[in-house]
Amino acid sequence: MSVSVRIPTILRTYTGGAAEVAGEGGTLREVLAKLDADFPGIGARILDESGKIRRFVNVYVGEEDVRFSAGLDTSTPEGAQISVIPAVAGG
Amino acid sequence: MSLPPLVEPAAELTVDEVRRYSRHLIIPDVGMAGQKRLKNAKVLCVGAGGLGSPALMYLAAAGVGTLGIVDFDIVDESNLQRQIIHGQSDVGRLKAESAAATVREINPLVHVVIHNVALTTDNVMDIFAGYDLIVDGTDNFATRYMVNDAAVLLGKPYVWGSIYRFDGQASVFWAEHGPCYRCLYPEPPPPGMVPSCAEGGVLGVLCASIGSIQVNEAIKVLTGIGDPLVGRLMIYDALEMKYRDVKVRKDPECVLCGKNPTVTQLLEDYEAFCGTISDEAAQAALGATITAAELKQMQDQGENIYLIDVREQNEFEIVRIPGSVLIPKGEFLSGAALEKLPQNKRIVLHCKSGARSAEVLAVLKSAGFADAVHVGGGVLSWIKTIDPALPTY
Repeated sequence: MSVSVRIPTILRTYTGGAAEVAGEGGTLREVLAKLDADFPGIGARILDESGKIRRFVNVYVGEEDVRFSAGLDTSTPEGAQISVIPAVAGG
Repeated sequence: MSLPPLVEPAAELTVDEVRRYSRHLIIPDVGMAGQKRLKNAKVLCVGAGGLGSPALMYLAAAGVGTLGIVDFDIVDESNLQRQIIHGQSDVGRLKAESAAATVREINPLVHVVIHNVALTTDNVMDIFAGYDLIVDGTDNFATRYMVNDAAVLLGKPYVWGSIYRFDGQASVFWAEHGPCYRCLYPEPPPPGMVPSCAEGGVLGVLCASIGSIQVNEAIKVLTGIGDPLVGRLMIYDALEMKYRDVKVRKDPECVLCGKNPTVTQLLEDYEAFCGTISDEAAQAALGATITAAELKQMQDQGENIYLIDVREQNEFEIVRIPGSVLIPKGEFLSGAALEKLPQNKRIVLHCKSGARSAEVLAVLKSAGFADAVHVGGGVLSWIKTIDPALPTY
């Protein structure tokens, strides 16, 4: 499935500054694997050493936080918008 | 989801108040009742910085009766690019005092309470207890988790906002009616993973975009109008000029506001919870931290050192220590930098204030650079002790 992935400012160093990149995969796990293949290193900023989504990063498929659905197994239908939203603390 | 008003209306508005707030009073949703609620409201703003500046100014103008200001810091020249509550003549002054003066100038009818202290686990509950609602304008994870925990434990709503470069986030956390900050972000990032505004920068006007959302939501919660940002996260991208909102669910497993909470009082140490630098970095820096003066001495004596600045290109262009070579931290974390390093020279690292260079030092130590050191306090310390003519940032 072709999806789009929104990249927060903090991770745009990996995507050459792009705020939104094309993704591919039937589940979030597949989309993130493809993302890391396209932009090496970005995966480790979203997933921890054991492959789980980091606790200070939220990943949304559409409007839903995947932590409250099927996590990395959440399906990513054609045209889905995936958003990566890390905690920031500036003020 | 609309919610009942948080604050009971004051008995009446004076003639002066009616004149001052007339543009509110003629909005049907606000009206006399809403304005009287604002008059009766007690709002605490934590931090009189980037977000606190516009927040305090609009809260004051709106006629919030009591405004508390918590800040222990003093106004620095580098604040003025965004902290519009302070002016040039306030440099060197306590932020809480400077902010209070501006609030009084905007609206002398506001009762201002100055809390010229650092918020700590010893005082946060007492300070919060005197207010109806908290506005969070702090700049670090440790204080944000403490603000959240105190607000939840006291059953108070708080309006949260956060900024970085061109990105802003805002939400209303109110455990009685929705999620708390820990439901959204259960754990803080490990130190070094997410840069602060002091390290990464922030577009000044972004503070207004997010701070004004915070005031907007505070007014709605106080007066009970509209749909407050409870259970939703507003995300703003200033480069694309897009606002989006996503759902924030109350986490049934939340350690603080979930079904079986394990955090039932404030943590003992929020700094330790968030970690200012990682354990590895602290360990590496132990006995391997030199002062700026020692670096100068090494240079003057012609010691065989290789001075590496681990900040980013933009920072390097603002100010640098003479003789330094730029290799950003990221290149050490990815491993790419290691092969560039000379084997026959002693490596000396520095960054802006010493945190990033300590992280890199840990990488170098484990890669076998046993005699590598870093400069405590970074380039800022160099400027202060060696060359005050250089610009700080």
